[in-house]
Amino acid sequence: MTNTSPSIIVDSTPEAKAAFYAELQTYVGLEVGEPTPGPDEVNAPMIRHLVEAVGDRNPIYTNPELAADSIHGGIVAPPTMLQAWVMRGIDGPARGGNGPYEKMNQLLFSRGFTSVLGTNSEQSYKRYLRPGDHLTMRTVIDSISDEKTTGLGTGHFVSTRQDYFDADDQLVGSMLFRIFRFKPAAKVPPAKPQPRRPRPATTYDNQWWFDELGEGRLCAQACANCGRVRFPTGPMCPSCHSRSYDKVELPLSGTIHSFVVAHYPQVPGFDYPLPIVLVDMDPSTSHIGKLGNDRVRMIMNTADSAESALAVGARVRIEIRATDPDMKLPFAVIDPIGATS
Amino acid sequence: MSINRRGNQLGGRAAITGIGATEFSKDSGRSEMSLASEAVAAAIADAGLKPCDIDGMVTYSADNNPDVEIARHVGIGALRHFSRVHYGGGAACGTIVQAAMAVATGVADAVVCYRAFNERSGRRFGAGVQDIPIAATAERAQFSWTTPSGLLTPASWVAMVARRYMHLYGATSQDFGRVAVAGRKHAANNPAAWFYNEPITLEEHQASRWIVDPLHLLDCCQESDGGQALVVVSAERARDLPNTPALIVAGAQGAGDEQWTMTSFFRDDIAQLPEMKVVADELWTSSGLTPADIQTAILYDHFTPYVLMQLEEFGFCGRGEAKDYIADGALEIGGRLPINTHGGQLGEAYIHGMNGIAEAVRQIRGTSVNQVDNVVNVLVSAGTGVPTSGLILGVDR
Repeated sequence: MTNTSPSIIVDSTPEAKAAFYAELQTYVGLEVGEPTPGPDEVNAPMIRHLVEAVGDRNPIYTNPELAADSIHGGIVAPPTMLQAWVMRGIDGPARGGNGPYEKMNQLLFSRGFTSVLGTNSEQSYKRYLRPGDHLTMRTVIDSISDEKTTGLGTGHFVSTRQDYFDADDQLVGSMLFRIFRFKPAAKVPPAKPQPRRPRPATTYDNQWWFDELGEGRLCAQACANCGRVRFPTGPMCPSCHSRSYDKVELPLSGTIHSFVVAHYPQVPGFDYPLPIVLVDMDPSTSHIGKLGNDRVRMIMNTADSAESALAVGARVRIEIRATDPDMKLPFAVIDPIGATS
Repeated sequence: MSINRRGNQLGGRAAITGIGATEFSKDSGRSEMSLASEAVAAAIADAGLKPCDIDGMVTYSADNNPDVEIARHVGIGALRHFSRVHYGGGAACGTIVQAAMAVATGVADAVVCYRAFNERSGRRFGAGVQDIPIAATAERAQFSWTTPSGLLTPASWVAMVARRYMHLYGATSQDFGRVAVAGRKHAANNPAAWFYNEPITLEEHQASRWIVDPLHLLDCCQESDGGQALVVVSAERARDLPNTPALIVAGAQGAGDEQWTMTSFFRDDIAQLPEMKVVADELWTSSGLTPADIQTAILYDHFTPYVLMQLEEFGFCGRGEAKDYIADGALEIGGRLPINTHGGQLGEAYIHGMNGIAEAVRQIRGTSVNQVDNVVNVLVSAGTGVPTSGLILGVDR
């Protein structure tokens, strides 16, 4: 149901909202319309139709002899048929008029809560019903929630309670029926997934390096036995064949060894023209002496640098930046003053 | 024939006696096995052999033409030798080396080497490594150090080396362009070439768009659909077959120190091709020949800068001197070292180097459309920047 009325009241202050909610609460506890009598008594044919339809073969619902021998002493109706005994049928009288329920709806509509979704119902039973029982239903507005926001939109949960009485006006069962009256959320086109850069293929031998980078540390691998530094990572020291290694954090500076500017093909996840530099990393100060001339060279993109600053021999400062929520990479910031091509 | 018997003893044992190819196109409209079958059948027929004479097959890895499939489709029958060589275009001459080793040792009598693909209309190698995430194999993990930064394609990997080479030796984009001009000049005279009748000028090379600066579009070879096959038999047997044998004077495969697959960026000096130096040393040492003995060469030309660097690795000139060596049309027909007389992969087709070996055979036979005078020895190289291979083919006398 959608109300297309253009005159929607906007409660823009907390006070106005509170007043609206207080007005809503005046409907709680009010009875909705006149008591509704069931069109038929509880009867064996309707019971049989239902249990056949749902496949419930319990004989207490259909077999007079067996039911007579049960604790019920005769045929009873399945409790879940409670609501069925007062349903008005396709051509039954519509609930009309201008009762409390309709007035509550108009109040909700006035704030734009024009959409409705049935959310759930709960039944409770006082006793089994038997053929010959004749029920009457009374409906009360049970509760109205404060403003809630769901995936559908913002609105109020409205619960009505239907109480079912027998011919002696004794309560035999109740049903809580809950709907969500809401202002539909604006339709937003599904966000286009942000194109992602190619992910590294990670293996036992290189995963740790990318993990360290993800923590903001740019590392080389140093043999734990002989100290030889190697990069890219590998499973064994080519000098002494030790498989033990240390992670050596590198200083975030270096010199451009070579560079390119990619124009084509243009792959999602990158901006073109795309400068890519090969950087001779400055050696780790903590490993000086052990390192000798072990060279560490890395591929990276530039950041905050003009394409005209690209030069073999240019000094760079390296920053580790997130390219995606789950990936960090080193970027070279070219030092225009220190360029020594 | 002077052969060094102490080391690589392959020279003089085997010969290429049959060549066969499909048309070279951008969209073959048929399966890669259709291309392979046609090329293999044509090469066998060219050799004057029957399919049942073939008992060995060699192709590349990363290939959609399994040897036993092609053997079935061509009616070759039983096989005694089959092998596949890795590293893309670096495999080209390696297939012939494997075949020659087989026939030299009696492991097989007649081996057909082939490469066929829909490299333009199907999977394009030029696209590089773009998949996200790339598969976690050791081979793919090699690219983990480059692809997150957008260094994704063969052109970009070569460009990184080319820039350093330019920086060290003063080579320019125009120097690279001269390689493309030579290839397209030769292709223009070759009816089988995709760029038949389409020569280019150095100005057109310079004006072509950037692919990866410093590489222009015309520094990059074509992408092609097609197939090429060659038949290798023993030198003795070749003498009894109809074609002039192209004797395998020398053959070698090579990987360099600190070798990576196109991303050897972690070497002391990246402006070299040490893997090709391994091949060159093997070829010269085992044959006793020198660059002065070579009348024409097929130098792998997927990207022009590596042609200059190959001239240096093979010793046609000193380190960094290729830009001077190639000046004044030296690489063109009539020049001091005509290369890629079929048009190369820049001009004829990109069949991962196999079509270049066929051109070397034609130069030995004297049947090239751009025939060089008095050819005795032809140098052939395979893919650069990867573990590679090379051959010297010669006139049998």
